[in-house]
Amino acid sequence: MNIIKYKKIFLGISTALVLIAVAVVGAKGLDYGVEFTGGAVLEMSYDERPSIEEAKTLLVEKGFEVDVQNFGEKSLIIKTQDVSEEGRKSLTSAMSSIGNNPELKRFNSIGPSVGRELRTKSLYALIFVSLGIIFFVAYAFRSVSKPVSSWKYGLVAVIALLHDIMIPVGILTLLGTEIDTLYVVGLLSILGLSVNDTIVVFDRVREELAKNNETSKKEDFDDTVGYAVSKTVTRSILTSLTLVVVLLALYYVGPVATQTLALVLLLGTIVGTYSSIFLASPLLTYMVSSKKEEKKKK
Amino acid sequence: MWKTRIIALIFLMLGIFLGSYVYKTEMDGTNPFKLGLDLRGGSYLVYKADVSDVEELDVKSSMDSLRDVIERRINAFGVAEPNVQTETHTLGVDGDEERLVIELPGVTDLDEAVEMIGQTPFLEFKVERDEQTRDAILAEIAKVQESISTEDENIDLENLDIDTELIQKDPYYVATELTGKYLEKSVLQFSQGGVQNGGGLQSQPIIGLNFNKEGGELFETITGENVDKTIAIYLDGIMVSNPRVNQAISGGSAIIEGNFDIKEAKEIVGRLNSGALPIPIELISTSTIGPTLGQDAVDAGVRAGMIGLLLVAILLIVWYRLPGLIAVVALGVYTAMMLWVFKFIPVTLTSAGIAGFIISIGIAVDANILIFERMKEELADGRNLYTAIDNGFKRAWASIRDANISSIISAIILFWFGTALIKGFALTFGLGIILSMLTAVTFTRSMLLSFTDKEKKKNSKVLRTLFKSGLSEITKNNK
Repeated sequence: MNIIKYKKIFLGISTALVLIAVAVVGAKGLDYGVEFTGGAVLEMSYDERPSIEEAKTLLVEKGFEVDVQNFGEKSLIIKTQDVSEEGRKSLTSAMSSIGNNPELKRFNSIGPSVGRELRTKSLYALIFVSLGIIFFVAYAFRSVSKPVSSWKYGLVAVIALLHDIMIPVGILTLLGTEIDTLYVVGLLSILGLSVNDTIVVFDRVREELAKNNETSKKEDFDDTVGYAVSKTVTRSILTSLTLVVVLLALYYVGPVATQTLALVLLLGTIVGTYSSIFLASPLLTYMVSSKKEEKKKK
Repeated sequence: MWKTRIIALIFLMLGIFLGSYVYKTEMDGTNPFKLGLDLRGGSYLVYKADVSDVEELDVKSSMDSLRDVIERRINAFGVAEPNVQTETHTLGVDGDEERLVIELPGVTDLDEAVEMIGQTPFLEFKVERDEQTRDAILAEIAKVQESISTEDENIDLENLDIDTELIQKDPYYVATELTGKYLEKSVLQFSQGGVQNGGGLQSQPIIGLNFNKEGGELFETITGENVDKTIAIYLDGIMVSNPRVNQAISGGSAIIEGNFDIKEAKEIVGRLNSGALPIPIELISTSTIGPTLGQDAVDAGVRAGMIGLLLVAILLIVWYRLPGLIAVVALGVYTAMMLWVFKFIPVTLTSAGIAGFIISIGIAVDANILIFERMKEELADGRNLYTAIDNGFKRAWASIRDANISSIISAIILFWFGTALIKGFALTFGLGIILSMLTAVTFTRSMLLSFTDKEKKKNSKVLRTLFKSGLSEITKNNK
């Protein structure tokens, strides 16, 4: 299978998926958890949990604006905007008065400024990691600035990275996953994995270019990239397979708290592997071909 | 040749040694993992300090004294390993925001925690008790002490002729109306070189007190009534200083002279200021994790880790045979080293941190896979095993290095920018990458080379089969 030959198809698929993801996010909006918006969340577990309606009626009576959900097999999760100390006390005491053998699992209240800060920090981290990667990749590939200048490797790596983040976010939004801190941690890990994958393929391109240079072999850049991809494809698939196996274990057997994280990473790993093979490499060849065409026009 | 074998053996021994150390210290509890609040249960409180009325230069010292007070209070309460920190936040908030972050492991009752921290420090001014009462109290105390010193274990205080009400009183000082609520501010000052000290003139640190109007009047009355006597200053029931009054003091400000060194004086100023609460604090974020939730998470996490590792091991061995087995051993050594590092530094493990660790295992596997794939290529080109392994490593090194450096850059940026949770992730992730790179290029390499012989041009069929991977066999069959 020559990936480069069908690059238009693969790039088309990626573009379509990204557009769909953007549309989904645009239509449904991102579901930020209380960590980002400010608010409080209470998790209570019971031997026999009260029904959602029962809890809701009780809390509304107490003057709360709440959202009550079942969580796991024995727990209820209550979300509210009230973060005051009095609010916390009356909320926990109300929820302790119903159901069988109530136990407070966790309570989290986040002031609005803390939430805002977390959002800003997450965004900054994303931006700075992207910049760091562009600069590093440009530096690492400085010896191979022909036929594609080295900073373009960095640029492609970042495009692949955005692709690897946007598609999982789209899917997760469709699934209705709430964004909490571990979700963000998951996205940040995808950054690392995505770049890892892309660099491995690019490294092979770099090596082949150097080899051709030594032997003064003239080879079309498309063929060089195609060869590099075919040589790294086994590794890409195997590596992501091992990660998928670990993540599946984490998802099904691991703690409830890290289920979202495992899911985010699972999607990121699969999309990331796909993009290193089917997006980053074809894009790299485009960086050359568009230049050639410009020359032809002149 | 023997050199590589010895290196491989040393690494293997090191792995076993560290692994057994980790296991042993975990089982007998001598050096257990440091678990974050989310895994061990506890409370996490964030207070915003309102420093709008504090001059910019004093913000840091005010925050420090605030931290000291609250730390002392928590210690008095007997919480194990509390963590109290001041933080300045500039990103994503309006202007600067000074925060006080408090971690209380094991405290799952938020009411209790908030109360303990929120109580106002109590500053009192006391004057000397009249001699008669003082002697009476001292006499009572002497009586009790005497009966204790007779070492009669069954002291029945009620049967002794003791005024139980009297004995609980402070023999020397009696409270006045003047308390911290009248103190506006306390400052560190220096006397103008007026104190003669060993022949040389030296400026002496003194403590300045500023009362509000009401407090100033009270202070004037009290000092006027107690000239040539001492006034004791108490903080949270403990006497911090008892200066002598030289004359009645009006104007609402006073100084405390004493043989303070600068550190002492600063401390007292800090305490006095906290007694007067120079910075109002507001609770902006709380978090409580029940004790069972954390334990469940740890158990499930360990279980998931075990199953994950087992599946990866099966995958690697089925696919890569002997090198796969070596990779699994290398992974074991890597895991043992990481766990040891967690204990050694020590790293506080949170659920995010464990996620970082699990991903680093994935990256460690990747380094091995990269090497094996290159090795396979070299073997296909007809090289003998030793050269194939050696070249495989050299070829794979560039991509392992660059991929990992980019990950390390990400980890550093995340550590720098992140909130506590993200920092935890970045730390284990970054450490994991560095260690995995190290084990891949040293341990896996020397282990693989140990099975081969540099001089042999042809390797035995068995060995070659062992080194082949699943894919090459399948493709051959397809041909």
